[in-house]
Amino acid sequence: MSESPLPVPAAPSRAGSGFGPDISEVFGPHAADGGPDLVQLLTPEGERVEHPDFSFGTDLSGDDEAAMIRGFYRDMTLTRRIDTEATALQRHGELGIWAQLLGQEAAQIGSGRALRRQDFAFPTYREHGVAWCRGIDPLQLLGLFRGVDHGDWDPEQAHFGLYTIVIGAQTLHATGYAMGLQRDGDVGTGDPDRDAAVVAYFGDGASSQGDVNEAFIFAASYNAPVVFFCQNNQWAISEPIERQSKIPLFHRALGFGFPGVRVDGNDVLATYAVAKAALQRARDGQGPTLVEAYTYRMGAHTTTDDPTRYRLSEELETWKLKDPIQRVKAYLTRNGLADQAFLEAVNIEAEELGQHLREGCHALPEPSPLDVFDRVYAEQTPELAEQRAGYADYLDSFDVPAETGSPR
Amino acid sequence: MTKVTLAKGLNAGLRKAMEDDPKVLVMGEDVGKLGGVFRITDGLQKDFGEDRVIDSPLAESGIIGTAVGMAMRGYRPVCEIQFDGFVYPAYDQIVSQVAKIHFRSKGRVKMPVVIRIPFGGGIGAVEHHSESPEAQFAHTPGLKVVACSNPVDGYWMIQQAIACDDPVIFLEPKRQYHADKADLDTSAEPQPLFTSRVVRAGSDLTLLAYGPMVKTCLASAEAAAGEGKSIEVVDLRTLSPLDLGPVYASVRKTGRAVVAHEAHVNLGMGAEVAARITEQCFYSLESPVLRVGGFDTPYPPSRIEEQWLPDLDRVLDAVDRSLAY
Ligand SMILES: Cc1ncc(C[n+]2csc(CCOP(=O)(O)OP(=O)(O)O)c2C)c(N)n1
Ligand SMILES: [Mg+2]
Repeated sequence: MSESPLPVPAAPSRAGSGFGPDISEVFGPHAADGGPDLVQLLTPEGERVEHPDFSFGTDLSGDDEAAMIRGFYRDMTLTRRIDTEATALQRHGELGIWAQLLGQEAAQIGSGRALRRQDFAFPTYREHGVAWCRGIDPLQLLGLFRGVDHGDWDPEQAHFGLYTIVIGAQTLHATGYAMGLQRDGDVGTGDPDRDAAVVAYFGDGASSQGDVNEAFIFAASYNAPVVFFCQNNQWAISEPIERQSKIPLFHRALGFGFPGVRVDGNDVLATYAVAKAALQRARDGQGPTLVEAYTYRMGAHTTTDDPTRYRLSEELETWKLKDPIQRVKAYLTRNGLADQAFLEAVNIEAEELGQHLREGCHALPEPSPLDVFDRVYAEQTPELAEQRAGYADYLDSFDVPAETGSPR
Repeated sequence: MTKVTLAKGLNAGLRKAMEDDPKVLVMGEDVGKLGGVFRITDGLQKDFGEDRVIDSPLAESGIIGTAVGMAMRGYRPVCEIQFDGFVYPAYDQIVSQVAKIHFRSKGRVKMPVVIRIPFGGGIGAVEHHSESPEAQFAHTPGLKVVACSNPVDGYWMIQQAIACDDPVIFLEPKRQYHADKADLDTSAEPQPLFTSRVVRAGSDLTLLAYGPMVKTCLASAEAAAGEGKSIEVVDLRTLSPLDLGPVYASVRKTGRAVVAHEAHVNLGMGAEVAARITEQCFYSLESPVLRVGGFDTPYPPSRIEEQWLPDLDRVLDAVDRSLAY
């Protein structure tokens, strides 16, 4: 890589310049490990640690807490299985492409499990773990990637929006949905079954989009009950986070007028605790929060991407040591909270899920070329109906047996 | 003479333009180290440095908006939009700024910005990756719009677009990127940018196409020849301005015309072309000018895209309807 010939100013101290303190004085040096602000409750080695502001399980009995952590382990293991199975299906030509979530299981399960039924989540294209938490059959995720539909779940019923590929667009939708909740009086009533929040998922790259910044403005301006949940997986295809932000992403929130927090996105306990608190702030009517889940995209951007062109394998090796599933497993087994039978049962379940996906993928209904005409408008137009009829006639003209007519 | 794909032809053209003029910059998402998701800018950052091949933050409006400023400062930015469906965050900058600055400044400020957009379908992609937005730009005064269809044109047209002092929307048929190879003679004399070209001679009907449909239409003409029909095929190459002189000459000879594109038919390029042919060749026409293209629906899921896109059969269907009129 060639050196930049542009002069890079050597961070002059701005003290006394009238422009406030130097950026590095405020935010500290760049810390690849997430820095001192990272909220962590379970270390990569599987040790529970305390945090002054966030805690996990204090409202639960010991048994309930252990059961919940076992649940997280199961969720993450099955989510990873969805991911590896879909990746394999793509390799076998059953899917056109797949966006892997490998490494981001804790960020997604932690936040997904913090949602209440009445909350609503707006995903990107990588939120397979959140979809799992929303009760969506992972088979329904495959349709988009197989090219048979654009997502087959009912967003209103699942409280989970359609996958959104245009980067950042859904953050505005989430904010608008949250503004709707306000108008419906479903915020700040104190009724735990009524008060609702919205979560907008997006990536580190997306943080550069105008839409995302406008979503922050709207949410702040109207104090909307929305949690902006950014999975900073360090990469936007080939571009590292440094291209998108000179300061830790969570600090951006302050400039927009709401709090931001950075959580260890590979720590499911911390992610759950932080997401739960942020969602509760929203439900209580205290407005938006930015949660930066600091994590890593361990796989390629998608199955068509080749990360060896732009990043070093050492980086991946470092992050493998912080694997989100391993640390939970270590914690559970070391403390006698999960036995071999439990681990085995989860493995069997994962096998069954894999089989469900393999068999189900082949069986996904093929779209009909005529279907597309029926879904464009709520009220069909005469023009399009005519176009559909003309195309149906055209298709019928191919059905003429070869002996009796020309196939056109 | 070397055999190159469209991807390689474009890459070589970009490289030549950067060698010839130090003011030429390439900018976009993942264009640097990765060489773009289609590898069109492969190796350019390594050779020309990070100041001339700029990996941008993930923001299309930012890419085009800053390109405007760079152009005002004397640079010639070549912006890559990663896929057709992602140009819309930049639409405001393109339509309200890029297209109008020369006009608003009474010609004092030029906008030599090239906006490269891989367009069209047929690659089995997910939504927003297969669209054909050319009419949206051709409808905008102040923008020039061209579409290359083959490796040799790719090499020359990108250089000519960069040399143009007006903003050029440069459409690249992505399904052709790594498909067919062609002989590239870099010492040849290129055809001017804003001109169309007859790519197959014929006498019964004139078939008009650009970008990815040129190949389909040539195949259709070949198939029709087997049935004794002689089809003339024109590669429009430039969509704004249109260069229809050769088309009028052809239609006056054949008396029939069919326009094909992947984009939706309704208010597509075909509508403009048909209207102009009707105005200019009315007394020569033996049948109405027909259009064949994508249906007036959003782009479908990829498993049915080949049915949704106009293929050889649908082009021939239109040809037959015209001939039978
Ligand atoms: C508006 C828009 N521009 C470009 C793209 C192409 N694209 C798809 S994913 C991606 C990178 C996204 O990075 P990030 O937001 O960090 O999310 P991640 O993929 O890492 O989960 C890009 C540039 C797109 N989908 N939408
Ligand atoms: Mg990312």
